[in-house]
Amino acid sequence: MSTVLPSATVTEPEDRLTKKALTADHPTWCPGCGDFAVLNIFYRVLEKLQYPHEKIVCVAGIGCSSRFPYFMNTHGIHFIHGRALPLATGISLSRPDVHVFVFGGDGDGFSIGGNHLNHAARKNVKLTYVIMDNFVYGLTKKQTSPTSPIGFKSKTDPTGSVDRPINPMKQLLASGATFIARTHAAQVKHMEQMFERAILHDGFSVVECLSECVMFYAGAFDDSTPRKGGTFEAVDETQHDVTDEVAAFKLAENLAPGKFGVYYQVQRPTKNDLEQKWITDTQAKTGGVSQKDLLRKRLEAMR
Amino acid sequence: MSPGLYAPHSLRNAVIRFAGNSQDGIQSIGGFLARLAGRTAQEVMTYMTIPSTISGGPSIFQVHIGSGEVLHAGDEADVLVAFYQHSYDSHLGALRDGGVCLYDSGEVKEVRHERGIKHIGIPFTAATVEAVGGSTRDRGKNMFVLGLVCAVFNLDKEKLIGIVSRQFGKKDESVLRNAMLAFDAGFAYEVGDLERFAFEHGEAGDGHRISTDGNQMLTAGLIAAGVRYGAAYPITPWSSIMESLRAELPKYGGIYVQAEDELAAVSMTLGAAFAGHLAVTGSAGPGLSLKMEALSYASMAELPIIVINVQRGGPSTGLPTSVEQSDLMQAIYGSHGDCPRIVLAPQDVEDCFYIALEAGRLARKYSCPVIILSDQALSSRIEAFAEPDLDVHWVEPHIDLSTRREDYRPYPLDRTTQHAPPGSRMSSGKYPVISGLEHDEWGHPSGSPKMHSQMTGKRRQKLIDAAAEFPLPKVHGHQEGDVLIVGWGSTYGPIKESADRLPAEGFKVGALHLRHLHPLPNGLETIFNRYEHIVVVEMNDYGAYGYGQMATLLRARYCNPAIKSLCKTDGLAFRIREIVTGVEKHLAGAG
Repeated sequence: MSTVLPSATVTEPEDRLTKKALTADHPTWCPGCGDFAVLNIFYRVLEKLQYPHEKIVCVAGIGCSSRFPYFMNTHGIHFIHGRALPLATGISLSRPDVHVFVFGGDGDGFSIGGNHLNHAARKNVKLTYVIMDNFVYGLTKKQTSPTSPIGFKSKTDPTGSVDRPINPMKQLLASGATFIARTHAAQVKHMEQMFERAILHDGFSVVECLSECVMFYAGAFDDSTPRKGGTFEAVDETQHDVTDEVAAFKLAENLAPGKFGVYYQVQRPTKNDLEQKWITDTQAKTGGVSQKDLLRKRLEAMR
Repeated sequence: MSPGLYAPHSLRNAVIRFAGNSQDGIQSIGGFLARLAGRTAQEVMTYMTIPSTISGGPSIFQVHIGSGEVLHAGDEADVLVAFYQHSYDSHLGALRDGGVCLYDSGEVKEVRHERGIKHIGIPFTAATVEAVGGSTRDRGKNMFVLGLVCAVFNLDKEKLIGIVSRQFGKKDESVLRNAMLAFDAGFAYEVGDLERFAFEHGEAGDGHRISTDGNQMLTAGLIAAGVRYGAAYPITPWSSIMESLRAELPKYGGIYVQAEDELAAVSMTLGAAFAGHLAVTGSAGPGLSLKMEALSYASMAELPIIVINVQRGGPSTGLPTSVEQSDLMQAIYGSHGDCPRIVLAPQDVEDCFYIALEAGRLARKYSCPVIILSDQALSSRIEAFAEPDLDVHWVEPHIDLSTRREDYRPYPLDRTTQHAPPGSRMSSGKYPVISGLEHDEWGHPSGSPKMHSQMTGKRRQKLIDAAAEFPLPKVHGHQEGDVLIVGWGSTYGPIKESADRLPAEGFKVGALHLRHLHPLPNGLETIFNRYEHIVVVEMNDYGAYGYGQMATLLRARYCNPAIKSLCKTDGLAFRIREIVTGVEKHLAGAG
């Protein structure tokens, strides 16, 4: 590293990370919004993992769910629409000592930021990305989203949406993400498991979390909500091999309502590690020459 | 007759233009000559055109070598080396009266004996094939020509061979052997009654001199400034900077990322800046257009980044391999909202190093984006100058991860923002949020009308403080008088040379070059008030109201009706003659 970074500090007992210490502004979400549960479960997982407080970074783009960093008392950055992943890539690659969490919605992730999702995933940048998918643009008050089903009536599709929606699981599988899971904001235990496994994965981990917008798409996820008469079916990992990409695509064939759980998980070198290896190999060749002398030699070659 | 039989004709300056196709390697021999000039205490400036196709297409490389100050690549060539009939036809007009034309007699069939030009036909191709052997065809004829030029100009053969060997030494042994066979054949070629030349000795200063192009000096300057991270997307003429950073930064423990697009590139760079690093992104005009939303964010969130725009001809895809200065307004105002940022422009290749250092210092000090406006001409031309002293110009990268005091706020209204990057502990227990929404001092969203006015003022104050610290540029030539020629960026040399020539016409002329474009340094009006006419020379369009982009800004800022424009948009660097004639027209009241 060009700059000396302190090694991960040991958490002192009085610094134990609690929900209280992690709580910031009261969320601006509407009463009944699925995102409250996501926030609460994220607090709980962080309490369990006990990372040093100052090493946690929350990143978001634009959207209702992207207000997340304001509700977390951690280092945070609220960026522009769709570009949270490249910003988080810059943090992750340049600061291997911090834990990077990205939050956003379906518009941020699959529409305006779709290209970035593909590339951050294929590069296997070390970070965890939670997509709170509500099938609608909520912050701008009910326009069609890339995951809105055909026939969904919105202000931009008054007679019903005609465009085929994205299949998030297939999209993520094709992108090359190394951890892909699907969960539901009304299933807090399941959500907790998925978040924890995603965070502990060494690589680009992404969780799609169905999170209902009670204002603009109430009932969107009733078919997977048991107390609304639906069925919540978890992926049976004794039957589904999470390293089998073809099986994962098969599992993703019908997501209405589909299954919930880990679709895919493999180990592949992260971009963080590959870049670090290049640094280490290159520096082994230059053999202890000071940085200033390195540049001096480069200038001397121009004489 | 072999070289050296005659006493060579002494020269102070010479302009040699090589005209061929882009795959003939004329860029490399031009580069060798430029480097040789730098090593023999001579001044040099080069100029090249390359087609924006992958292979093929006409291309030139012009070298201006001199023992005195060389400020431009030369209006006219003293010697033209023509590889093909089309090269000859296109460039004979660029040769001065009585100049020398060396041409490949196997390719150029029709010559025009005019204006006392001396024509010497030499079978470059055939002689190269004969020297190197049939299997290589005509590859190596550039080296044959280099040998020829070395003999004609009595260049330091030993030093030149050293430079060539170092370049080819990295490749297969046979490559160097063939190159030297061709070189020797050219050096020994009997050129008939052509006189021989020799440059006067340059004044060797203290210390070493280096020869390189603007993009390489920007790269070196960024590293010296402490840049270790960033990201970019390839685009001409910016790419060679990102290629160098990608290859070089790992040696310094850093990472340069090739991003999926321009928006990702600036976003990754902002991520590195948020993480506490000094980071750089860059592009040409089209890429800057794409980055604009994130640059507005950088002003709002107060993140320090360096952004380089190597300008080319616009609008749209425009002229990718030509030069223009038409992105000035974009650099200063090209984002939504009032988003203050600093804009600098290097005046020559040497200055690329120092402007990068200054950009780094300003970005950190004011925690804001700093845009460097270079251009295609600077990016590719080679100049010789004093090697920068790294004992003086070196910034060790540093991240401040100290525990912040109880009263720390990311956006204090009474001070310039200095962020606490991730990893910094907060005594107050309250962690900062960096925000693109209008925010309060803690970074939390605020829709308060009063807060927006106050925060806008806080961000504006950076420009006011920067203007106060920028040095007032020095006027070259007459300190008061008939006309002040004002320029910015790569036109520095030609403007200075023009200002030196105009007094011959009886005018009192000064030249002023701006390196700090936004904000402008305080006190420029005191200089402007000392001249009858102020002519702003720039490579952009007159626009609807008859003024170029910088002239428009200066007129708005100083309300001085004496400020006029001399603009052009042919995609080529200014010639001395164009500036002299243009300024004379203004003086005659016809401008």
